[in-house]
Amino acid sequence: MRSSPFISTPASVSQIMLHVLVALIPGIALYVWYFGPAILVSITLASVTALATEAVMLKLRKRPLRPFLSDNSALITAWALALSIPSLAPWWLVVVGTAFAIAVSKHLYGGLGNNPFNPAMIGYAVLIISFPAHMTQWLAPHLAGHVELGFIDQLGYIFNGTLPAGTKLDALTMATSLDTLKTQLHLGHTVNEIREMPIYGYLAGKGSEMVAIGFALGGLYMLYQRIIYWHVPVTFLVTLFAMAGIFHLIDPAHHVAPLFHWFSGAAMLAAFFILTDPVTSPTTVKGKVIFAAGAAVLTFLIRTYGGFPDGVAFATLLMNICVPLIDAWTQPKVFGHKGGGK
Amino acid sequence: MRQLYRYHGGIHPTEHKLESSELPSKSAPLPSRLILPLHQHIGNGAKVEVQVGDKVLKGQMLASAQGMISAAIHAPTSGTVAAIEPHVVAHPSALDGLCIHLVPDGEDRWMAHAPLDFHSLAKRELLDSLRAAGIVGLGGATFPTHVKYSLTPEQRIQTLVINGAECEPWITTDDRLMREHAAGIVSGIRVLQHLSEPAEVLIGIEDNKPQAIAAMREACAGSDIEVMAVPTLYPSGGEKQLIRILTGKEVPSGDRPTSIGVACSNVATAYAIHRFVDHGEPLISRQVTVTGNVRTPQNLEVLIGTPLAEIVRLAEPLPDGTGYIIGGPMMGLHVDELDAPMVKATNCIIVKSAQLFPPAPPAMPCIRCTRCAEVCPADLQPQELHWFAKARDFGKAQEYHLFDCIECGSCAYVCPSHIPLVQYYRFAKSEIWQREQELQAAEIARERHEYRLFRIEREKQEKAERLAQKEKAVQAAKPAVATPLPVAAPADADPNDTLQMRVDADIARANMQLRIDAAVARAKEQAATAQPRNTEVLTPQQQAEIAEIEARRAKIREMASHAGADDEPPKQS
Repeated sequence: MRSSPFISTPASVSQIMLHVLVALIPGIALYVWYFGPAILVSITLASVTALATEAVMLKLRKRPLRPFLSDNSALITAWALALSIPSLAPWWLVVVGTAFAIAVSKHLYGGLGNNPFNPAMIGYAVLIISFPAHMTQWLAPHLAGHVELGFIDQLGYIFNGTLPAGTKLDALTMATSLDTLKTQLHLGHTVNEIREMPIYGYLAGKGSEMVAIGFALGGLYMLYQRIIYWHVPVTFLVTLFAMAGIFHLIDPAHHVAPLFHWFSGAAMLAAFFILTDPVTSPTTVKGKVIFAAGAAVLTFLIRTYGGFPDGVAFATLLMNICVPLIDAWTQPKVFGHKGGGK
Repeated sequence: MRQLYRYHGGIHPTEHKLESSELPSKSAPLPSRLILPLHQHIGNGAKVEVQVGDKVLKGQMLASAQGMISAAIHAPTSGTVAAIEPHVVAHPSALDGLCIHLVPDGEDRWMAHAPLDFHSLAKRELLDSLRAAGIVGLGGATFPTHVKYSLTPEQRIQTLVINGAECEPWITTDDRLMREHAAGIVSGIRVLQHLSEPAEVLIGIEDNKPQAIAAMREACAGSDIEVMAVPTLYPSGGEKQLIRILTGKEVPSGDRPTSIGVACSNVATAYAIHRFVDHGEPLISRQVTVTGNVRTPQNLEVLIGTPLAEIVRLAEPLPDGTGYIIGGPMMGLHVDELDAPMVKATNCIIVKSAQLFPPAPPAMPCIRCTRCAEVCPADLQPQELHWFAKARDFGKAQEYHLFDCIECGSCAYVCPSHIPLVQYYRFAKSEIWQREQELQAAEIARERHEYRLFRIEREKQEKAERLAQKEKAVQAAKPAVATPLPVAAPADADPNDTLQMRVDADIARANMQLRIDAAVARAKEQAATAQPRNTEVLTPQQQAEIAEIEARRAKIREMASHAGADDEPPKQS
């Protein structure tokens, strides 16, 4: 016998997750537009790996397959991870990263709803630490005047590691806009000089800035659909803007404009898709603000002073650790009680 | 225009009110048998005042209020008391309750009854007569009305709130009642006004009931009673929520509205008071909505004690029913069979069907999406409470204010994982209650045991002292005779009068003193560390760890209270 209430909304976990996947489509479409269809290959690879790993883990954990395979959560991990690593990455890189994300960072912690760390970011962290070289081979956008690779040739490289005769990998790939910025600043160039380089577009890296806009559009869709709350993306972006803005005002020659930070690397992806993951972020409103602000500060610091080109993944993971504490600290005032806290 | 306030959260479930709200309410015919549970209200059950075989008149008291928080039960019609025995009652425990079974004689003959000139009565007398008339809150909680309005001289009522919100889907009894008996409700309110002497009277009605609002406004025209249309939002009909909406005040946790100068009663209660005061009729019937999977959803005026199955039959249930809900779909009770009788709390019977009430999909894990926290009218964090209840971490659940949950069901309604959250909270609450009871029982048993030990020791001591006295007297009587020391006393000697006995007595006295001291020390120690049971036998290391954890938690609490205290005074607990 069930107890009250006897009615409920038709909302479901798989429907929420489906909205998230739909929201990723504009970014993916722009990705394909600027960098070619290779990303679709890695997304497919990651999706298949994620579902297969999920099935194996569910089986091992003696959990029902159907409800969990159809909850779409593994696909979000797969897509977010695929979008975080170079699209021309060899197939096994995608497979290893995704399998690790699902098996270790999700299921070994208890599966859906129980993982303290964002699985996609764990996958990314594992890959960038274990295979740093592969993780920096980003395809150059069509517009940068680089040699371009056809879809079949891209497939050939992903699965066989072979390139058409006469083509060199260096000519196809490049460092990301953030990476280049960091290297060039080290070499003593100023921001203005660096920004003149052909890989840069209006706001940040050519092509990638447009993909970031695509993610932002998807984020707005999720806000509209009330899939995510505004607190995390707004706080993250505002804090990142403020941090970058202060440094930029103090030393414009060595610190790029705040908008560059917004549209570079995984900032937009994180603001709307990674940091908003409900499982690994705080539940209170105040907590969400603290969490997102912390992630923005860490992202900026890692980007500016750290050893890795982008700081989003590590910033996310570091803030993930703090979530239980943040939640405990930010318990809101309960009806009929004075003051806040417990 | 008076300002309305908001409470946090709330939901908009599909209303389903039009099904039953448009037909005028009818009186249900006299049933073949009436079953009157003695426990229809919060507090003590009523005390049976009749015997099997007694002929009773309509309105005659069958059972009287027992103690302060209780209410009387009356014969809904004239007839014969056929039995006083347990019967199924509508209660989550599904246990039987003691009921008076009344077989109507069909004459429906009233006992002598007359209107009450309440103005001429002292308040205490008026309250006593409400108690004797069996008047309880008909909004759902069935809290005896005379208790609610027994105010101490210090308790000044600023606002009398009359609840006509009726926020649960499907239910339309209060709606119909306000449309059809607005004047009666108002004269009932006059009595409550007389009792509580409020500075203002506010009737709160959700704005999805425009006709009820219009009817009440008309009935209140030119009076000091204000009819307020409040936005339709579940659970605005919750007492604390409606008070918040109308007055902006929050009833403190664990307190009654009177503590903030507010008294609150339902429109149906006001109407019942009117029937009693203006017609001399005790509470023997009420309005009930019969709706759902029936041919003619409607409201009926039904005698208390009528078998629910008979009520449902009047609305002609459709074939594919899947059980019933007694009450509303948000907070009601599911029953497979309608064996229970109508009680004072019964405001709605919904016949379920798979189409109207599809079974919930299997529950998925919580993904911490916080939709539940977003809709919680008590500003709780339902996802945390769920986690603690599931982990049986009841201490934490209480720390996160489990007992402020009003079980409105909003969290479970929006949960995309379809977790039966309220079920978890009920489970945690009952576990905590049970543990507290056990703890109390254990405490009583311990005290009793210690007292017994103490008594035994005391008796031993007294006996020993008596022996010593006697021995002294004997010694004094024959000082010259040296008493041999051997253990075996001479056969003729008084067995008490031996050295061994004296030694024994001394030892016993000393032992007893030691034991008494030890028992006292133990009792003191236990009293000092009385809280959690598992802290009794601990290594110093464990104790240090606990102290550290406690310090950390205190710090977190302090920080949390500071964090939330920007605009509010610091927590005073």
